Amino acid sequence: MKARDLMDLAARNLREALLRNSLTTLGIGVGVASLVAMLSLGVGLQNLATERLSRSGLFNAIFVTPRTSFDNFGGRAERPSPPEAAAQPLDEDARHKLAALPNVDDVYPDIRFPTEIRYAGNPYPTVVAGVAPSTRNDGAFEDMKGAFFSGPSADEAILQIEFARRLSPQQPDSLLGQEIVLRYAERQALPPDSAGDKAAGAAGFSIVPREKRLRIVGVVETEPGAIGGVGRGRLLIPLEVAETLRAAQTNDLRDLLRDTPSKRTYESLTVRVKGASQVKGVEETIKQLGFAAFSLLDASRNLSVVFAVFDLLLGIFGSLALVVASLGIVNTLVMAILERRREIGVLKALGAADRDVRRLFFTEAAVMGLLGGISGVLLGWLIERAINFATSVYLSRQQLPAIKVAAVPWWMVVVAIAFSIAVSLAAGIYPASRAARLDPVEALRYE
Amino acid sequence: MTSANIGNPGNGRIAIRTDHLARHYQMGSTLVHAVNDVTLSIPAGEFVALLGSSGSGKSTLLNLMAGLDRPSSGAIFAHERNLAEMSSDELAKHRGHTIGIVFQAFNLLPRMTLEENVELPLRLAEVERNERTARVREAAERVRLTARLTHRPGELSGGEQQRAALARALVNRPTILLADEPTGNLDSATGDEIMLLLREINETLGMTIIMVTHERHRAERFAHRLILMGDGKILSDGGRA
Repeated sequence: MKARDLMDLAARNLREALLRNSLTTLGIGVGVASLVAMLSLGVGLQNLATERLSRSGLFNAIFVTPRTSFDNFGGRAERPSPPEAAAQPLDEDARHKLAALPNVDDVYPDIRFPTEIRYAGNPYPTVVAGVAPSTRNDGAFEDMKGAFFSGPSADEAILQIEFARRLSPQQPDSLLGQEIVLRYAERQALPPDSAGDKAAGAAGFSIVPREKRLRIVGVVETEPGAIGGVGRGRLLIPLEVAETLRAAQTNDLRDLLRDTPSKRTYESLTVRVKGASQVKGVEETIKQLGFAAFSLLDASRNLSVVFAVFDLLLGIFGSLALVVASLGIVNTLVMAILERRREIGVLKALGAADRDVRRLFFTEAAVMGLLGGISGVLLGWLIERAINFATSVYLSRQQLPAIKVAAVPWWMVVVAIAFSIAVSLAAGIYPASRAARLDPVEALRYE
Repeated sequence: MTSANIGNPGNGRIAIRTDHLARHYQMGSTLVHAVNDVTLSIPAGEFVALLGSSGSGKSTLLNLMAGLDRPSSGAIFAHERNLAEMSSDELAKHRGHTIGIVFQAFNLLPRMTLEENVELPLRLAEVERNERTARVREAAERVRLTARLTHRPGELSGGEQQRAALARALVNRPTILLADEPTGNLDSATGDEIMLLLREINETLGMTIIMVTHERHRAERFAHRLILMGDGKILSDGGRA
């Protein structure tokens, strides 16, 4: 029998027991909806995590530190350095060397220091961070209120939203255009003789309190490129401005103990690579130059594995409902065989081969799977919308920005419908074979 | 429909031939010999009536000729092709192309219109859609049922339903028509109408007709040859009395 005739007959048969077949199809729909809803949650959460990481600009960034400090990080035992690459100081020379590496877009120091600002006569302790111009295109600035710095040396500031709320709890956006006074400790180098220990060749620096007026130009949700925690910058200023401030930082005390204290070193440098795919290669090169390097690429890979397992588990739980629904198909089709026994006999008497009868039942199962799959995807999509709506309502009550925790991408629509048809066909194997094997003489005798 | 459409019947060729044909089946501890060592030959174009009481084996023999059942032993040939050696698919083709079957209970599919019922064998035989309409109309005209094509079986009388079943049996232009008690569910007058139609088909198309019946008077009136069966065997085989 031709496919079109097969479809026509199958549709006619399904219409015949409309209520029963509709309920079976609805059962498949609910199964598919459960699968789609579960997977949408897994995909949504994965998207959320990936998006947050991408927006932070961490994926194409490598964090470089002097090897010794990195090796001792977290109290680990010092690892032996490779013989071909001795540990190098992270100074201005190193910065130029790293900037000259292929596929490197920008190299900038991580300048951040705890300080205090004054606004409307009140002091507010905070952490200042220098922002490189190359971070301007990071996702973190996409939803920014206001504008990015007008120039690399502009006396402007961008506030992190939580800090802005501290300054103006009711209307943080009203801070745009306002002035704040930044109070900070400037490091001023002293000549060696003034340190009183010329013989030892040591030098020192003094700390001088300074003030700088800054105009607020933007309010941003999070600092780009920051991993988070207590060191996260709440007040962002152009990197060039941050460097000219020569504000005292935590590694200044260490510099003081060096043989050449006048030669300033960086606590860490951020190397921005052209694309995430080049991160691994550049990271290896940096390590070979004698620095410690760390990127979030490995962490993101682990994250992908975790989410793959998470999706698998959600998929398995979601599929359970579909498996139960598939038993409904078996039941419906077996009932159909009993009811249409004589009809099967007539079809065989009129020239239907066993495979025609088998294909007819398979087609009926597939049609139920297709319709169930489509209705299930629709229902699953509605559940996804409901989850996102409920989450948004909850978050807005907590005064937090809305996020999308569930997502139904196009591939999931296609996969869910295909899976529904496949499960329905699998469920149709037994009834279809049983119908095909019916003895026509016995079937024609059936009353 | 012309005789040219249904092959070349009535030219001395054999339509159906059996050779020591037997069909046994187990019923509990008893082995039933439904058809027992039957040897016969039916020339193309003949109108044969298989007579006998219930359980005589006539319907089983008809099912074997239709390829709906397989023999336990012996051979059965349709146009010299041994049905006993055919695969399941080949038997399906035999039923779809060589044989047309009419049942006592009509066996029309109730949810389809007459047109769709008659068209069903054409769908199974994968006849092109545009050719089907003409073939259905041709078969309906043959049984004089064109006015009722859009009706469903439940809206028709018994005689009309059997005529529709006859049109369905003819639509694939078979060479052999098998009829299992075609008048069994009809009143006398309507039964006669059907028998007249069968004779007309036999005479005008030269189609071989093998009809199972227990109505001897009708068999004697319309068939060329009467085969009487009992206990699975042929008790007598001859022309009209």
